[in-house]
Amino acid sequence: METSVLIIGGGITGTAIARELSKYDVKVVLIEKEADVAFGGPTKANTAILHAGYDDKPGTLAAELCPRGNSLWSKLASNLSVPFKRIGSLVAALEDEEVPVLKELIERGRRNGVQGLRIVKGEELFEMEPNLNKQAVAGLYAPTAGVLSPYEAAIALSENAKQNGVSILLETRATGVILEDGEAKAVQTNNGTIYAQNIVNAAGLFADEVSFMAGISKFRIIPRKGEYVIYDKDLSGIVNHVLFPVPTLVSKGITVTPTVDGNVIAGPNAHDMEDKNDLTTTSDGLEEVLNGAYRLISVLESRRDAIITGFAGLRPQPTTEDFIIKPYREPRGFINVAGIKSPGLTSAPAIAEMVVDILKREGLALREKDDFDPFRKPIFHPMRDFHLIKMGELTSQDPRYGHIVCRCEYVTEAEIVDALRRGATTLDGVKYRTRAGMGRCQGGFCTPHVVRIISRELGVPIEEVTKNGGESRILPHPAKQLLLGGRKE
Amino acid sequence: MIKRKSGIVVLGGGAAGLAAATAAKENGTDSVLILERNKDLGGILPQCIHTGFGLHYFKENLTGPEYIARFIKKVYDLGIECKLETMVLDLTCRSETVAVNQSDGLMRLQAGAIILAMGCREKSRGALCIPGTRPAGILTAGTAQRLMDIEGYVPGKRVLILGSGDVGLIMARRFAMEGAEVEGVVEVMAYPGGLDRNLQCLSDFGIPLYLGHSATFIHGSERVEAVTISRVDDQGQPMAGKEETIECDTVILSVGLIPENELSRKAGVKLDLKTGGPVVDENMETSVENIFACGNVVHVHDLVDHVTQEGELSGRNASKRVRGELPPPKRRISLRAEGNIRYVVPQIISGERPLTLYSRVKRPAFNAEIKVGQNIVVRKRVVKPAELVDIDLTARRLKELGKEEDISVGMDT
Repeated sequence: METSVLIIGGGITGTAIARELSKYDVKVVLIEKEADVAFGGPTKANTAILHAGYDDKPGTLAAELCPRGNSLWSKLASNLSVPFKRIGSLVAALEDEEVPVLKELIERGRRNGVQGLRIVKGEELFEMEPNLNKQAVAGLYAPTAGVLSPYEAAIALSENAKQNGVSILLETRATGVILEDGEAKAVQTNNGTIYAQNIVNAAGLFADEVSFMAGISKFRIIPRKGEYVIYDKDLSGIVNHVLFPVPTLVSKGITVTPTVDGNVIAGPNAHDMEDKNDLTTTSDGLEEVLNGAYRLISVLESRRDAIITGFAGLRPQPTTEDFIIKPYREPRGFINVAGIKSPGLTSAPAIAEMVVDILKREGLALREKDDFDPFRKPIFHPMRDFHLIKMGELTSQDPRYGHIVCRCEYVTEAEIVDALRRGATTLDGVKYRTRAGMGRCQGGFCTPHVVRIISRELGVPIEEVTKNGGESRILPHPAKQLLLGGRKE
Repeated sequence: MIKRKSGIVVLGGGAAGLAAATAAKENGTDSVLILERNKDLGGILPQCIHTGFGLHYFKENLTGPEYIARFIKKVYDLGIECKLETMVLDLTCRSETVAVNQSDGLMRLQAGAIILAMGCREKSRGALCIPGTRPAGILTAGTAQRLMDIEGYVPGKRVLILGSGDVGLIMARRFAMEGAEVEGVVEVMAYPGGLDRNLQCLSDFGIPLYLGHSATFIHGSERVEAVTISRVDDQGQPMAGKEETIECDTVILSVGLIPENELSRKAGVKLDLKTGGPVVDENMETSVENIFACGNVVHVHDLVDHVTQEGELSGRNASKRVRGELPPPKRRISLRAEGNIRYVVPQIISGERPLTLYSRVKRPAFNAEIKVGQNIVVRKRVVKPAELVDIDLTARRLKELGKEEDISVGMDT
């Protein structure tokens, strides 16, 4: 296979670059090692917030790209129909000694070009966050911060990229880079060699390994684990903004935040790991996250019953401490887009613009397409906003809208079928596109139904349907098979 | 959108809903409508293919499908209308529901009275925050039961069961009978969570029961590979150095049930934090006038026979209410659970007529004395958390109740 641009990695960074490039008349291929886009580590599990951009040290790439990305998301999320709420953030100082840090952050924000930052105190602070720890003395309010779902964003970006001509190859893992005369010529994969004039390494946690394949070994990616808990939608309204404590040296601290879907998320902690696949949660981690959350919103302490799930994500923390986005003299034709830690989700659209500029400067002829379609039709979810009239209309056109499969999130059969038509092949793929199984019962009721619909629509046996690819089969054995086949293999 | 009126709308077509609907119809309400989200009536019972149902109500030992078939037949014989695969989206305090299904589309239904019979759901792995990975092969016991007994799939061949609730014990036996290896049942408490008779499921198949243990880590990247369990101390906390790791490909959770009261909340029905269900009076009426409730949506029952009785009680009373024959009680005495009594249902009584209270205890006890108010003492030879404790308030005992509006139901620990 041959292409002009090959993007390695189908996370938020890779899909944003693919979508940006799809505006131009150029052949683009994106490869993703997992069974679906957004299935890798960082994109599927992070805090799901848009940062305003006051945290990053002025002069760094992150400081430059975050505010730019933040403002780009308004139009992008609207064009792609990705749920997005600009709810603003608050950094809460819980003691007088922390107030100077807020002032420092304002100064950073000013230098980074962040608009609207101000300190709120007293009545105003508690009017904004009635459940905030009563000891709070002041808060840094950033009106431009917001929440959006990272996996839905990546899926939407990939769908729109595909719609505009990008090829996306799943379960395709880069195993080597072919170098010739100081130039990166091709990427070897488990599905054959792909020749490309330009290779863009957006391999997330594994970007250092892909970079090493191209002979560049100046940095390493440390998987920095963060654990989270998600609370039931019953608690919606307990917090109104993205609520941070005063940041520490290693992280922005454990936040409590409404999600774009109306749950409450608390986390993350921050621990550097060895293993890039270690997505385990721990009991110490859970306590750490909960204690962090209770410091901000103490009423959560009595609502442990409202936790519906916990998970861990890994941030791709570069040893250089900043985003690494650049081409190389040697090998030519290879661009690293590595170490995209927080605020990677916020920065993604700005990173994509930057990569396109780099490609132009590297000599790639990019002519804008006449027929680029910036809009992506969403999977219509009538109950997301409790839109009963719409639900009634849709059901009369397609009765499958009248069949609610996921009872907690009110996801209909029509939405699940739509998700499968768009490329979902697994239970998690359906979940990330529709929220079926993301509610309070965590798939207890809907899993058997969704498995059946996947099997029927995709024409695969029920036994072969997986949670997220590989060996993660859900119903491996038809009844009586074990009895007929003996007790143990 | 379809708009229509009914006498009584029953939300849920499981054991409670069917009993309520048939009782309402038999008591003179012609227009009774059952809304059920599954494609069949019966709730959880069609998948409970073991015996043990009906010993109290029918004085017979029936399977779940046999037990519920009798009520389903009665529903059809009485000509009660049922809408299946119908999801109720909204409920107001004025007994108005919004529901949707494939054939009718969206419906707005106004009822004279509503009976809440939505049942309960299982606690998930997330709610427990069990540390570890998140591979395929972690299911709740009820989901596993449905997969095996309705869908025809065995979700794994080496199984560890967490929690010794009744469904967990029964599923241990079901897995064993399907040829799977059941590595054990792990229970954090020092005593089993299920009924004594279900413990035989383990002894019959030589399945180990790990009492006083909890799961501390789930291993496996794509599919479950093992679970680490640990002995726990008196506070239920895992003890260092007391771990062992059990290989398995499937984890089944039977760790508790939660009444499903999302619709009750929408209608503004007052809930009891201990039961997780609506606060009800002795007529099974909730805090919202004309909204009644019965079965596991009120509190998690031990036996379906009790659910049926409670359903019939709520159906009869809702029917009386629709006909204008059930005035609100003159006196409202609140009952408050104390000591070893975890909860008591109904939470509100009139004190005017004899009735049976149902309660659950926190810990097992022998020769227990339950005190209702200052003067009434009810003795029980043995009480266990797994079994509902019935407290009969006979006419003679009611005379001792006293004049207070707030009465404790307690047991010394």
